[in-house]
Amino acid sequence: MKLSRSALVILGLLGMLGIAAVFGPIFSPYGVGELSDNRLAPPSAEHWLGTDLHGRDLMTRLMYGARISLLVGFVGASISLFIGVVYGLIAGYAGGRTDNRMMRLVDVLYALPRIVLVIVLISLFDLKLKSLLDGTFLAPFATHARLLLLFVGLGMVEWLTLARIVRAQVLTIKERPFVLSSRLIGQSTPVILFRQILPQVIPIVVTYLTLALPAVILEESFLSFLGLGVQAPLASWGTLLADGASMLNPIDTPWWLIVFPALALVSCLLLFNLLGDQLRRLGTDSER
Amino acid sequence: MIFRRGLPGLLGLLCIFSLAGCGSGPRADLVLCNGAEPQTLDPALVSGQLEGRICAALYEGLTRRDARGRSVPGAAESWTVSPDGRTYTFTLRENLRWSNGDPITAEDFCYSWLRALDPATGSPYAEIFYFIRGAEDYQAGRAPAESVEIAAPDARTLVVRLKNPVPFFPSLTSFTTYLPVHRATVAKHGDRWTRPEHWVGSGPYRLKGWRVNDRVALEKNPRYHGADRVRLSRIDALAVTRASTAFNLYSSGQADVLLDKGLIPSLIMPKLRGRPDFHPAPLFATYFYRFNVTRPPFDNPKVRRAFSLAIDKEAIVERITRGGEPIALSLTPRGVPGYRPPAGPVASPVTAKALLREAGYPNGQGFPRVSLLYNKSELNEQVAVEIQAQWKRELGVEVDLRNQEWATYLRSLDSLDFEIARSSWVGDYDDPLTFLDCFATGRGNNRTGWSDPKYDSLLDQAQADPAAASRLRKLEQAEEILVNQAMPILPLYHFVGCLMFDPKKWDGLMPNLLDEHPFSEIGARPPRLSK
Amino acid sequence: MLTFLIRRLLSSIPVVVAVLALCFLLVRIAPGSPFASERALDPRTKAMLEEKYGLSGSLPEQLLRYGFNVLRGDLGDSLKFRGRTVAEIIGQSLPRSLLLGSISFTLALGLGIPLGAWAAAHHGKKADSFLNSLALLTLSTPTFVLAPVSVLVFAFGLKLLPPAGWGTLSQLILPAICLAIPFIGVCARLTRSGLLETLGSDFIRTARAKGVSETNLVYLHALRPAILPLVAYAGPLAANILTGSLVIEEVFAIPGIGQFFVNGVINRDVFLVSGVVLVYCLLLLLFNLIADWLTALLDPRIRVAS
Repeated sequence: MKLSRSALVILGLLGMLGIAAVFGPIFSPYGVGELSDNRLAPPSAEHWLGTDLHGRDLMTRLMYGARISLLVGFVGASISLFIGVVYGLIAGYAGGRTDNRMMRLVDVLYALPRIVLVIVLISLFDLKLKSLLDGTFLAPFATHARLLLLFVGLGMVEWLTLARIVRAQVLTIKERPFVLSSRLIGQSTPVILFRQILPQVIPIVVTYLTLALPAVILEESFLSFLGLGVQAPLASWGTLLADGASMLNPIDTPWWLIVFPALALVSCLLLFNLLGDQLRRLGTDSER
Repeated sequence: MIFRRGLPGLLGLLCIFSLAGCGSGPRADLVLCNGAEPQTLDPALVSGQLEGRICAALYEGLTRRDARGRSVPGAAESWTVSPDGRTYTFTLRENLRWSNGDPITAEDFCYSWLRALDPATGSPYAEIFYFIRGAEDYQAGRAPAESVEIAAPDARTLVVRLKNPVPFFPSLTSFTTYLPVHRATVAKHGDRWTRPEHWVGSGPYRLKGWRVNDRVALEKNPRYHGADRVRLSRIDALAVTRASTAFNLYSSGQADVLLDKGLIPSLIMPKLRGRPDFHPAPLFATYFYRFNVTRPPFDNPKVRRAFSLAIDKEAIVERITRGGEPIALSLTPRGVPGYRPPAGPVASPVTAKALLREAGYPNGQGFPRVSLLYNKSELNEQVAVEIQAQWKRELGVEVDLRNQEWATYLRSLDSLDFEIARSSWVGDYDDPLTFLDCFATGRGNNRTGWSDPKYDSLLDQAQADPAAASRLRKLEQAEEILVNQAMPILPLYHFVGCLMFDPKKWDGLMPNLLDEHPFSEIGARPPRLSK
Repeated sequence: MLTFLIRRLLSSIPVVVAVLALCFLLVRIAPGSPFASERALDPRTKAMLEEKYGLSGSLPEQLLRYGFNVLRGDLGDSLKFRGRTVAEIIGQSLPRSLLLGSISFTLALGLGIPLGAWAAAHHGKKADSFLNSLALLTLSTPTFVLAPVSVLVFAFGLKLLPPAGWGTLSQLILPAICLAIPFIGVCARLTRSGLLETLGSDFIRTARAKGVSETNLVYLHALRPAILPLVAYAGPLAANILTGSLVIEEVFAIPGIGQFFVNGVINRDVFLVSGVVLVYCLLLLLFNLIADWLTALLDPRIRVAS
């Protein structure tokens, strides 16, 4: 698979982002939750991107936020990928009534506004998960229960589109000669599904992944705006942006609290979308 | 092509032209931002302040509040009290009328109060009547309505017998739940009686219109007995949820007055102080944290005291809330005449550390992981982040932040599923009892699991005491136990109310402790002639 | 045509029923009570209120009760806004969202399609990548950032428009634009990609060989088949835009229906949420139907096949 130059540039930029996310906080002189008396300070030599209401360094928090946002994006998109691909494979290959019923369920879930599902999921399991984990060895992770829920919740809402796309692909692929011949020689269904069909579906899935990831990150930022995102002291770009946006007013806005998180979020999403574009072009080119 | 592109376009144009017809008419004399959409305008069902403000304009109780928040005669022109302080006899004014012309009688008050007490009505504030003999038993279903000791011997006289002497009872009758409703309207329309087309009321204003999430439109009630005092003929109360939106509306002149502190973004408060249109005033409300005293580690009073002493409350009000709030050393704010709230312990990190060591957790070692529960709101989170850092710094203790959305948060509070929880309380009437009564044993609003027989007995004694001064002393002693000895709660600061309006354009709006701003008192100043 | 419609309607009914039931159940199983407040609620009062609103008994009982009421045309009362019926609240709020939404929808299509077509016509040049990136930018910016920033810029900075409120024409402009912007990007991209694909097809090559100008190629010949993916997207788009957005309604103080999706769940106002979800569902089905019909209209291959 030969990637175009633009694709390489994008990947490079994303790579840099990843490195900043992983290593940046280690090199920062400030902690992510470290309060100081230097509050609401505009960008300066000590704090390159300024500080927030609690005196926390914005740059450090942005880099931590990158970790969380990217983590949420990847895991959420992967969960949706896993569920969507398996669902689509089964529905598409089974065909007939099973396919019909499975797609009906997708229709129903599509018609339910996702936010209803996510809010209920989070509030329902927030209590239960914490008490579940409290007694076990996973107790230290109890505080991150919300994060876990976000992964699952966001993944749950994105798999629908992928399931439809995969199913549509499978419907055409399963009529292809190599699949038919596999059936003739008696290969079992799981083998056909995973050895023969799945590889054909992968290109479109990968493309979709690069588009689902920004969608999940954006969704998480909306949840943060509602107060249901990651809990303090963790911070994602979504929470940083939501906090910053709440500070907008006509008299005296700390502009750095909204400009930098917005730039970070938007550029990351832009890069992923552009990458998806490049991959999709690759796909159609190779098809020709 | 044109068909498909054009159709939405055509639709759009049609809608735009039809919009011209659905405007809201000429602007009201006064447009104010009241807060979120009122949940109800039935005074028996109201539990929020913003609904209370509108109800104070739509209905009038035996007494009412003036612009300074003082209690003045309302529907009752005078009253007498028996020597033992337990029986009040109110005399209604002559010729009182409902907005539809029906006469208002003492029987209307009996009916309305019993209706609010009726368990079938489901009033959230039924207990505000419990000062009346027989009220609590009726509400609990143990006795019939007749056993509630209120009577209307004639059309203009209302007699009430109380369990204990309650010096503030007359001013209490201006409280929203005590407001009268029109019997025939309620009987005829049931739940829908507050709709503008059915509504009937007795207050200075009539309900002209009420559009959901938009505004409540009020117009002057010509049948109100004090109608010549009422200066504005049309008032619109807008429903706005976000502080930034409300402030934007005010800044651009679309709203004339902001009535609620929650409608001003806290970030810019320091910048607003000093502006002539910014009017702060202390409120009869407190922001505090509750401890769950039924489980470790907060079942140990030393731990609770340590946590209280470790906090720098000044930092919170200076950096987070920014409204010039006074820090709270007691639960009851200052301002009740004759009442001196006891001072709780002053911040002292050194003592706090020592106490924690005594409790068995030197430098926070071995301290179990606890969480601080709050409901989702910026301010709550900001305060929590600061306090979390303070506890970490001074005591070496890790406290997790636990933010839940409203319904879940209330559930957790009620089921005592928390270690520390954020709370606030607004006084219902100007007496310390409204705060202190919450923490008596077994009260629904207690929500800490704390119980102290000495505290309960002090409260009972105070309520039975007819002499005002000794009564207040007993309440002070009770509060001393609450905030200085047992400390099941941690008061942080007292709320400050802020009004925003241009004093050159409006008068009759005065900041006061109970945050009462009766619409009937507001008037527009005549525009000054420019020189 | 009629049979197609009837068959569609019949097959949609189970979907609507399933969505409504799912929504009801979800809101009921979420922890917390719709009647709770900061003041503790007496358990007797709570039980009485639940009885009054038909929320006592087991969950299946509650669902069935609600279901029968809906069939009789009674959508229930709001639990938070006492004394108001769900039908009344929706009746007051929906027209406002519809008005705002139709303006946004017109903007989204009216700006998105020409921009996408223009980008496709200049494919490979700087203008194309610029427009593509701009489109991606619009759909990467969260509304809760875009809306307040535009208020600051246009209402306070340039003082051109009012910052919030409902009732006059000028108060509609900013919210309509903010609501439309993310969708303009999507529409532009869908148009562009659809066109690019069509422009490579045989019949275009034939037309080009015949000497038809590039502009005509793009706008007259290729647009019709290329627009199909956008038409498919326009169904859900219409349903989403017409039911509004919480952010837009809160920032601009618009008394629409979008806020009930979120606030209704937070308040556990089960009948109100179910009611607005029903509206959303019906709009979705309606516009998907229209989109499918338009697809059949525009794509001769489908017409021939059916």
